[in-house]
Amino acid sequence: MGPKAETKAAKPKAAAAKPAAKKQTQARLVKKTIGGDKNGGHRLVRKTRMSRYYPTEDKPRKLRSRKTAFSKHKHSLRSSITPGTVLILVAGRHKGKRVVFLKQLDSGLLLVTGPFHLNGCPLRRINQIYTIATKTKLDISGVKLPERLNDKYFNRKQLKKPRHTEGEIFDTKKEVYTVSDERKEDQVAVDKQILDVIRKNKEKKLLFGYLGSMFSLGSRQYPHKMVF
Amino acid sequence: MVLSQFRFVEVGRVAYISYGPDAGKLAVIVDVIDQNRALVDGPCSGVSRKQMNFKALELTSIVMKIPRGLRPGNLRKAWEKQEVQKKWDSTTWAQKIANKKKRAQLTDFDRFKLMKAKQARNRLINVEFGKLRKTVKRPAPRLRKKKSVKK
Repeated sequence: MGPKAETKAAKPKAAAAKPAAKKQTQARLVKKTIGGDKNGGHRLVRKTRMSRYYPTEDKPRKLRSRKTAFSKHKHSLRSSITPGTVLILVAGRHKGKRVVFLKQLDSGLLLVTGPFHLNGCPLRRINQIYTIATKTKLDISGVKLPERLNDKYFNRKQLKKPRHTEGEIFDTKKEVYTVSDERKEDQVAVDKQILDVIRKNKEKKLLFGYLGSMFSLGSRQYPHKMVF
Repeated sequence: MVLSQFRFVEVGRVAYISYGPDAGKLAVIVDVIDQNRALVDGPCSGVSRKQMNFKALELTSIVMKIPRGLRPGNLRKAWEKQEVQKKWDSTTWAQKIANKKKRAQLTDFDRFKLMKAKQARNRLINVEFGKLRKTVKRPAPRLRKKKSVKK
């Protein structure tokens, strides 16, 4: 009783499915005219071709990777670092210098400036892990940064590699990095505002000296015991 | 050896607690329990009445006039009347502790300012020292006889 009933139930279903299927397949077919005599003049051809290859085994599924691309990373900022904080750079070309933090860029890197006149550090990106945040903060709320200061602006430019020709192997000049005019413009624009902020501060003389000096550790000075 | 050069453990001796959970606080020795321990109380300094080993107590020069076993309430009154905190704060010991604390809390900018202040002070000192040096008559410097080669 059981199996017979099933097949009976299955049949009308299949019958119902067929015309629906037919409708769909007919949409998939396209009439194409063909030349030549005595061959019907047209063919019904599939719109999309069938695959030429069917794998015999299932494609191995890639396991979910926990790795995310850098652009999709979440960027946090230490609570001790706020716009206007004086940071001590601990690594890189400008290590030991005290610089002013401006803002965090989209990539998570920090935008800082010396100011250039005080310590030779230009508008620059640095990673916050190479900085020590001090408790000294300047009021940068009124400082307007140029719109174009973003990660793309600071990306490294590919310098042209010199092409070696027959007789000029030792003469080829390397293309040296030169500061672009827009960088100089922006540097001046930003530094002017920051120097104004420092001048308004009560301790401006000492602040100028402070930002111009380098940080160093003496004996019996242990960073984990010091307050910055 | 004069007895007066010692600070004695006695009822009323104010002690500075050097280690433990109450480190850095003042307490009074209210009673002596045995050779190693005292009953100690610091109602105005946040030390509850308890026994403490003498090893943790550093005796100060301040002695309160209190009877043995004085209860906390009256002890507090005596502390305030005898101005123990004031006496303590005026000692160099307390000032040294306060200075140490201050130094530990200096920020990077503060350290820079301190350095500049020291330099300015030392310049003044050196100028004065130089002036003093000039007033002192110094013997003529002894010339070393040079062995010259005679031609």
